[in-house]
Amino acid sequence: MSGNMNLTLKVWRQKNGGSKGELVTYPVSDISPDMSFLEMFDVLNDQLVTEGKEPIAFDHDCREGICGMCSMHINGHAHGPKDQVTTCQLHMRSFKDGDTIVVEPWRAAAFPVVKDLVVDRSSFDRIIAKGGFISVNTGNAKDANNLPIPKVDADKAFEAAACIGCGACVATCKNSSAMLFVSAKVAQLSLLPQGKAEASQRVLNMVAQMDEEGFGSCTNTGACEVECPKGISIQNIAIMNKEYLKASVVSEQEAQ
Amino acid sequence: MSKLDSKIPEGPLDKKWEKYKSSVPLVNPANKRSLEIIIVGSGLAGASAAASLAEMGYKVKVFCFQDSPRRAHSIAAQGGVNAAKNYQNDGDSVYRLFYDTIKGGDYRAREANVHRLAEVSGNIIDQCVAQGVPLAREYGGMLSNRSFGGTQVQRTFYAAGQTGQQLLLGAYSALQRQVGLGNVELFARHEMLEVVTIEGKARGIIARNLITGKLERHFGHAVLLGTGGYGNVFFLSTNAMGSNVTAAWKAHKKGAFFGNPCYTQIHPTCIPVSGDHQSKLTLMSESLRNDGRIWVPKKIEDSVAIREGRKKAIDIAEDDRDYYLERRYPAFGNLVPRDVASRAAKERCDAGFGVNKTGEAVYLDFASNMKYKYGKQVAIVKGIHNPTEEQLHAFGKEVVKEKYGNLFDMYKQITGEDPYEMPMMIYPAVHYTMGGIWVDYNLMTTVPGLYALGEANFSDHGANRLGASALMQGLADGYFVIPYTIGAYLSGDIRTKAIPTTHEAFEAAEKEVQARIDKFFAIKGSKPVDYFHKKLGKIMWDKCGMARNEAGLKQAIVEIQQLQKDFWADVRVSGEANELNPELEKAGRVADFLELGELMCVDALHRVESCGGHFREESAETSGEQEGEAKRDDANFMYVGAWEYKGPNTFELHKEELKYEVIKVSQRSYK
Repeated sequence: MSGNMNLTLKVWRQKNGGSKGELVTYPVSDISPDMSFLEMFDVLNDQLVTEGKEPIAFDHDCREGICGMCSMHINGHAHGPKDQVTTCQLHMRSFKDGDTIVVEPWRAAAFPVVKDLVVDRSSFDRIIAKGGFISVNTGNAKDANNLPIPKVDADKAFEAAACIGCGACVATCKNSSAMLFVSAKVAQLSLLPQGKAEASQRVLNMVAQMDEEGFGSCTNTGACEVECPKGISIQNIAIMNKEYLKASVVSEQEAQ
Repeated sequence: MSKLDSKIPEGPLDKKWEKYKSSVPLVNPANKRSLEIIIVGSGLAGASAAASLAEMGYKVKVFCFQDSPRRAHSIAAQGGVNAAKNYQNDGDSVYRLFYDTIKGGDYRAREANVHRLAEVSGNIIDQCVAQGVPLAREYGGMLSNRSFGGTQVQRTFYAAGQTGQQLLLGAYSALQRQVGLGNVELFARHEMLEVVTIEGKARGIIARNLITGKLERHFGHAVLLGTGGYGNVFFLSTNAMGSNVTAAWKAHKKGAFFGNPCYTQIHPTCIPVSGDHQSKLTLMSESLRNDGRIWVPKKIEDSVAIREGRKKAIDIAEDDRDYYLERRYPAFGNLVPRDVASRAAKERCDAGFGVNKTGEAVYLDFASNMKYKYGKQVAIVKGIHNPTEEQLHAFGKEVVKEKYGNLFDMYKQITGEDPYEMPMMIYPAVHYTMGGIWVDYNLMTTVPGLYALGEANFSDHGANRLGASALMQGLADGYFVIPYTIGAYLSGDIRTKAIPTTHEAFEAAEKEVQARIDKFFAIKGSKPVDYFHKKLGKIMWDKCGMARNEAGLKQAIVEIQQLQKDFWADVRVSGEANELNPELEKAGRVADFLELGELMCVDALHRVESCGGHFREESAETSGEQEGEAKRDDANFMYVGAWEYKGPNTFELHKEELKYEVIKVSQRSYK
């Protein structure tokens, strides 16, 4: 079922990390308002392949807003115009016939462009590897209900843990800061009793790695929270700052 | 080798695993450090295995095609994870979880494997909580449970509608911890394209670096596949776009038998197809069936009027609605197992009662519970004795929002309709594959040293999987089974030094992969990869989907073989091999799906019985209370069909007889 929308896309094309990129204009026609934004890209890519041209590379996987792989900067907004919606869940009914849509990759020093709209977010994995965990080996756990956790704390921890690691916060921040991403993990684990034992070491190590990766500092503009597709709160940043201060003052343990 | 040895330990069922654990050979810590294990896939099974094996001291390499291991498709699981904790004091036990799983699987799973799964289920919850996974809790601080289909107890643990995400992030954290400690080497954006075997044993893989396009050789004393299911053979499914069968299929072609490929789970509650542009389907969690009633109009003219836009659901009077699940299955009603619910929806739509433009949708209606269950409760609490319909709706809406808000929002975002005001429209869609690589009790395939974990193997769900059991199985395999069972193999391999990847077997495997890549580019055909994938999907859905018959399956095999020829003659793969090239990746995956699709039809054709998700129209009850229901043929088909690859379009069947020593086999009845 084809639709009746005709649009003009201006899409960032870049051969690879080492080359210079540019915006290239593509007209697309017969777009159905029921299509998702990425399905519109599928249509365009099929068209490009059929014409013997190279399709546009973009990251995507689950297409239901949970894996965090899709990452388009659409008309100046990470994940496009709608609140709390990932690129893959954005539908064409959110646009009007005749619109011009500009699509760019995430822009941040710590997220180098790989090709077209694809960026390298492995810096996030390296930050988690420095402390985004509780050090418990398989088989060491006691019965789960031996550790009652107040529902309020569990719910707060869950809200922080709902981060999908897409990087929209970084792409949105004028300083390319990763504070929202890092703080969501720090807050989740520090809110739970299981995470307290290594809380100091965790926050110091993760922040050190964040700095090493080249993410910018936080200047409290709050843009990250506005654009986050999962509504992760900047309260987490406050929690992390508190944890960091506490760890710096109290802990004798240096970041390893 | 025609005899399949499942290596099930001797002894009474409930003592097998315990005895196995205390008698399996161990590998001492010094030797572990020189043993290398390759793990392909970073979902629940792969990530949990990688973390656990690395903690034990093995040298582990993890490969995933996504940009981060955290994105594996386990992340999208919504509903929950089962465990026989009996925290609700409602009579649950290891035996009951074991029994429900075997029955739900329509008596086509192995008793010993499923019992082990039930035994370790409780440990999974303990482990995840210790890792900081924020599972839902009650006000007293204890863990909360909900109920799922096919059971009479509340044993499902959950984290809102994002249980898979939370469990996977727990396993991912444990994995990243080992990466940070240097015990795991991570290869993201790498796709496994071949298994390397030396002297009959799996000794490594060929992987393509998806960024540079370079082919890499990696040695391992053992190779573990945690690469998920193959639902995307249908093109449209609830799987992620990248989910594929390639790793499993390469293993199959290198000697790993493929078990029960035709067992596919078609999930009853998904958002219907809206048009040809559609790239994937989205699940609406099974938990919705707790509060939603499924119906279509009783009168066909009403369905026609709805399809033509002249009527809406709310225009159909209560007496003119056919709550067909409640009508056909009064004992279980809307909570019958997935295979039964899916077939019932298809039956109504095929008869012309479908309610959307395509005629392939039924209603999932929350109005009555929203108003008369939850709305009334709230009204009573508020002291309103004669609430208006509007008040009931408003009160009930708030309760439903708290329970299912994220799912309702997702529905609205995709369809543009508000499910609080209108009933949802749903239709069955491909969701999970019970079939997979055949493994023995140790999770080892028919290739020594090659293992399959999680959805990638065939072992625990028989012919139909119960809700909230996939997460349980993935984590059981990775955290609690493989760490023991791999010792049985590696303890005999401690004298094997790492084999240099200059070995001729690596050389040959890499050449094979390179030749396949070159071939794709050489075709220079006229049609994009998706064109063939969509065609395959349509053949599979029409002829090897919810209902199958002999004529259709035979025809499907002919059509698929023709499509294979067309693909290799006319596919167009753009771009180059030495760069990030999603079209090339898709081409390789679709080439494998085209071969798998044929095998699925071959398997479905040979199994002339109906069981679980496999419904053969020739094998249905023809009379009595069960008329029209699936009819198993235990006398002739109580076995696992394991297929050996014998060259292009040729597969040989091997049978593993299923023996039920503890459970009494009977017909599943949900009437």
